Amino acid sequence: MLMKYKLAVKPGTTRKNKTGGWRTYVPKFLHEKCIACNMCNLVCPENICYPNKKKKKNKSGKIYYQSDLKYCKGCGICAENCPAKAIIMQLDK
Amino acid sequence: MIEIRIHGRGGQGVVTAAELIAMAAFYEGFEAQAFPNFGVERRGAPIEAYARISDKPIKLRSQIYEPDIIVVQDDSLLSVVDVFKGIKKDTKVIINSDKKLEDIFKTGCPVPTKNIATISATKIALEILGKPIINTVMLGFFAKFSGLIKAESINKALKDKFKGEILKKNIRAVEYAYEI
Amino acid sequence: MKQILEGSNAIANIIRLIKPAVVSAYPITPQTHIVEDLAKLKADGKADYEYVRAESEFAAASIVLGSSATGVRTYTATSSQGLLLMVEVLFNIAGMRLPIVLTCANRGVSAPITIWNDHQDAMTVRDAGWIMLFAENSQEAVDLHVVAYKIAEKLQVPVMVNVDGFVLTHTYEPVILPTQAQVNKFLPKYKPKKGTYLDVKDPITLGNFATPEHYMGIRQELHDEIAGSQELIKKEMEKWEQSRKSIKSIKSKVDVVDTGLVEYYGAKNPEVIFVGMGSMIGTVKDFVDNSKGRVGVLKIRSFRPLPAEDIIKIINKAKYIAVLDKSISLGEEGVLATEIKALGNNIKKGLRNSKPKIQSFVVGLGGRDITGKTFERIIELVKKRDSKVKFVG
Repeated sequence: MLMKYKLAVKPGTTRKNKTGGWRTYVPKFLHEKCIACNMCNLVCPENICYPNKKKKKNKSGKIYYQSDLKYCKGCGICAENCPAKAIIMQLDK
Repeated sequence: MIEIRIHGRGGQGVVTAAELIAMAAFYEGFEAQAFPNFGVERRGAPIEAYARISDKPIKLRSQIYEPDIIVVQDDSLLSVVDVFKGIKKDTKVIINSDKKLEDIFKTGCPVPTKNIATISATKIALEILGKPIINTVMLGFFAKFSGLIKAESINKALKDKFKGEILKKNIRAVEYAYEI
Repeated sequence: MKQILEGSNAIANIIRLIKPAVVSAYPITPQTHIVEDLAKLKADGKADYEYVRAESEFAAASIVLGSSATGVRTYTATSSQGLLLMVEVLFNIAGMRLPIVLTCANRGVSAPITIWNDHQDAMTVRDAGWIMLFAENSQEAVDLHVVAYKIAEKLQVPVMVNVDGFVLTHTYEPVILPTQAQVNKFLPKYKPKKGTYLDVKDPITLGNFATPEHYMGIRQELHDEIAGSQELIKKEMEKWEQSRKSIKSIKSKVDVVDTGLVEYYGAKNPEVIFVGMGSMIGTVKDFVDNSKGRVGVLKIRSFRPLPAEDIIKIINKAKYIAVLDKSISLGEEGVLATEIKALGNNIKKGLRNSKPKIQSFVVGLGGRDITGKTFERIIELVKKRDSKVKFVG
């Protein structure tokens, strides 16, 4: 049997392809305004908005959200949908 | 025959840029050809497009391996794609970057410095167009740096593709970059 | 007027000038730009065909079948998996002798998934009973569509115009579109004979049941029609070319023989002749222009009917025939290669009192780029003793 080419592809390629380099704009998360509603997480096409890993709380006692800039393409959908206006898009440097 | 290779990312108007170059050259009486090399068709993915300009009808349809001019629409591509692949002695290169050449190429520039130039096209595009779509800025600069086509010809080509406010803004972008 | 257009846009515009009554298609890469432009022309009020959106290619083909059966001019376009999904209807269209013209933006076939160009889609439906033409460039694509309608409607046989996906459909290049008057003059309004199309006032049945007494005869008649269509196609191609004096053929240093169905380009006494179809011919011509060897290229513009005599006359001149296929009959060889070899019995003994060696070379599958180096390698290989099919590139 000639099957030099592997036709079964393993998962995980999305992780390898760091799409952060694609962006022009970068989201800035204003932690004090965050109400931890999870909206940014729901709308993010890359699934990279999540509560900060150290579970730090802001003054309102919410575990505020952040995003993984290694993968963020800067599409701005999170900022557009944030009900607390806690995300602003800035020119990436 | 002059062969041009444009590197950019999906959504930056890479394919349109190649088309506009061919159209502009055609309006100056040349034979011209433009075509994309599609990879995955999604916003942000690295892509290439090609243009050929000649005084004779162009039969060749291979991709371009030894370009005379290279346009890099995004300096972040330099670490992802070998944009200098197949360069010749006199290949000219233009790169969209805010940085100076010596900061981009810390270990030495692969082409003689007289043949390479940078332009802050994203900044200019954001100022003039309000969007980071930089291809027309790059084209204005391309026209000047290559000396191949006139800014008017690019504007004529733009008129075939765009209308109204978008057209006006893009013409301004071409002319601004041409004057740099 | 000479313009610079995207291949797809040029095709959409020639369809606008041909004025079909019904267009129906389902979008698939790389055919998409053609049907998008047709929809836009309609939306902008520049064309007045009925544009019927379909839920699949099977439906699109069925819609043009049905509308063509009512006696009007129709058009559809597809590609790859889309063409394969149409297959059952394609046979019906041919069997019902409906003069539909279909553009196939040639693309490879899954699996693995490819969106890029080769000829596997078209070659897979070669036995459906359609006349099959292949375009080298945008200009030829434009002209072939006009001629396609003429021969389709004269013979009541459907015609497939093949244009290489991306390589032609997505390339901007200069092209001369004919005027409306030129098209009208060459291609009169389509008026099938009364009693041959569906009409509520004069009811008939099309595509009906045929017993063993009749089926074979009907099939043979379709075969005879396609096999015997060569002279008509040549005549119509020549007429169309003459009606468009604005296009002047380019003078070249090499020998050019164009019979309408095939075109030879290259050395007067070639040692090697490449045989191929579609856009790759341009790249071979460029190679021939720059080659010091005695090489030439034979372009098969009409794959169905396959013009045996025209082909034999030309390949008789050479010692080596390298047939370039962008398709493969898996386990065998390139599809065109088999067919060229089948003409072998009719080939006279040529140079050194021996028949030319005909070998199959598979190139450009799934968008693999074809360059001058591909042909250099093939010239080396075709001169070797080994005559097995080779994948090059």
